Amino acid sequence: MNQNYLSSYVPILIYFLLAMGVAGAIMLLSWLIGPRKPTPTKLSPYECGMLPTGDAREPFSVKFYLVAILFILFDVEAMFLIVWAVVLRQLGMYGFIIMSIFLFLLMVGFVYEWKKGVLDWAPRQSRRG
Amino acid sequence: MSVPVTDLLRILPELVLAVFGTLIVLVEPFLRRTQKSLTGYIALIGALLALLSTLAPAMYPGPAFNGLVLVDGFSIFFHFLLLMITTLTIVASFRYLEREGLPQGEFYALLLFATIGMGLMASGNELVLVFLGLETVSIATYVLVGFRRTEVRSNEAAMKYFLLGSFATAFMLYGIALLFGATGTTFLPDIARQLAEGGGMRTLALMGMGLLFVGLGFKLALVPFQAWVPDVYEGAPTPVTAFLSAGPKAAVLAAFLRIFFTALEPLSGSWVWVIWATAILTMCIGNLGALMQDNIKRMLAYSSIAHAGYILIAFAAHSELGIAAVLFYLVAYALMKLGAFSIVSHVSAGEAHQSIDDYAGLHARHPLLAACLTVFLLSLIGIPLTGGFFGKLYIFTAGIDANLMGLVIVGVVNSALSAAYYLRVVKVMYMSEPQGNLAVVPVPASLVFVLTLTVLGTIGLGVFPSPILQFAQQSVLPLP
Repeated sequence: MNQNYLSSYVPILIYFLLAMGVAGAIMLLSWLIGPRKPTPTKLSPYECGMLPTGDAREPFSVKFYLVAILFILFDVEAMFLIVWAVVLRQLGMYGFIIMSIFLFLLMVGFVYEWKKGVLDWAPRQSRRG
Repeated sequence: MSVPVTDLLRILPELVLAVFGTLIVLVEPFLRRTQKSLTGYIALIGALLALLSTLAPAMYPGPAFNGLVLVDGFSIFFHFLLLMITTLTIVASFRYLEREGLPQGEFYALLLFATIGMGLMASGNELVLVFLGLETVSIATYVLVGFRRTEVRSNEAAMKYFLLGSFATAFMLYGIALLFGATGTTFLPDIARQLAEGGGMRTLALMGMGLLFVGLGFKLALVPFQAWVPDVYEGAPTPVTAFLSAGPKAAVLAAFLRIFFTALEPLSGSWVWVIWATAILTMCIGNLGALMQDNIKRMLAYSSIAHAGYILIAFAAHSELGIAAVLFYLVAYALMKLGAFSIVSHVSAGEAHQSIDDYAGLHARHPLLAACLTVFLLSLIGIPLTGGFFGKLYIFTAGIDANLMGLVIVGVVNSALSAAYYLRVVKVMYMSEPQGNLAVVPVPASLVFVLTLTVLGTIGLGVFPSPILQFAQQSVLPLP
């Protein structure tokens, strides 16, 4: 559109460059002034404690998928809660009620998954409903 | 800071559905196995209350939530239609779920949540809200399609629907992004204003429009994007197929009409011919595909592709007459498709007997079911005294009125062609001897209820079309 429209994105560009700059600076500094005592273990790539190389087609429990989904749900909740908590004073009662509704819905989901036995890693046979 | 009460009244049907859907999810885990059917009644009450509460937005039309939602005659019409579809689907699923041993609470909850999305698509006046509505419908229906999760066919259907559906979603989202980039807004009236004043980046807007067309066209099963339909309709549980062919289709069409007739109206010179060409392709390929099917669900799937083609004729007419014709047609179409699929779900008994040959001699086993199915099939052809006749009549009238003679001729030829495969089923039902010994299963009361309503509706629209037609004419989008 016009100059104004594109220039409204300049702060984002600055933020982007700043983020890259800071990350780069930290890496550069630790490379320049950090002590180096390499061992084979330290030099190996790190991947959450698993062996980083090998056959990817290993069977693993499908339950990880449920855990991952539930994690994302409550992760998003935390994201909303932090933003909300910062401006709670300005939002007042209205914001409180809105967030209560949101949390109530999440709680419904939580009750549902709990009663369905999703949280039991090895479900007891007698309890499946 | 607070929400005005009128805003909440304008989305009251959605709120009611959300409350009841959540209630089902909350109650279901605490019910014993024999009590699960209670959730069906909760869903039914919720759908009926939502239908009733549509009167609230009808009494207070206007924009809500800073213009995100626009309640006008158009959205009210669609709310009545969509909630009717949901109500009938819930009732039609009662016995099906029990017979198949499928989880009931989740089914009804997803159905209600999908209806929220459909309602938002009908009244959404902003692209992101329309997109959210579409996603709500899509995600709920992905799960519903794969509901018979021990069946390979159902899994295949859900997988195909999910993969292709997410692909289409990406197209749609990219289209929205380009339109936003071109005009700097996602509100439909503002986009129209920008484009009309010659502002915005024209090329970018055209690209966005094209991508939006692909995304919506996929969900509507228009022809270059129809490949998923037969497999998904065949593999899904039959009540879900009924719902898919009526509900989401109507909702997507509502969004389609509103986006193209308000936001993209200034670009109409560029999209009318695309709709024109797609209409011809959709009608021809839908009908040719249906001719070759031996499976009744696949046949009805192709027939629903063809019907989307007829609807596009009225779309291409680009007039208020055309919109009224689309609205009327959708009502007639929903009734006959819901009715036909309900019968299929009863006759196919556990999805085992889907072949058209399984309908041989149906009139001897179930005279009334055969008669009802005949009514729906005749209506799908467009024989007088059925809703399908007036639906097609109004569509062709709108086409002729807009000087689309070629399109109307193709439509009429296709209607005649379609008689071949619909009448084949009628012939098999009445003139062939039953093969094997299929048990005569008594028709459950819930199905009798659905069939009574849909048959009466189909014939009623064919004999007294004027009340619904007037309602449709009052509900059109205002065109400049």
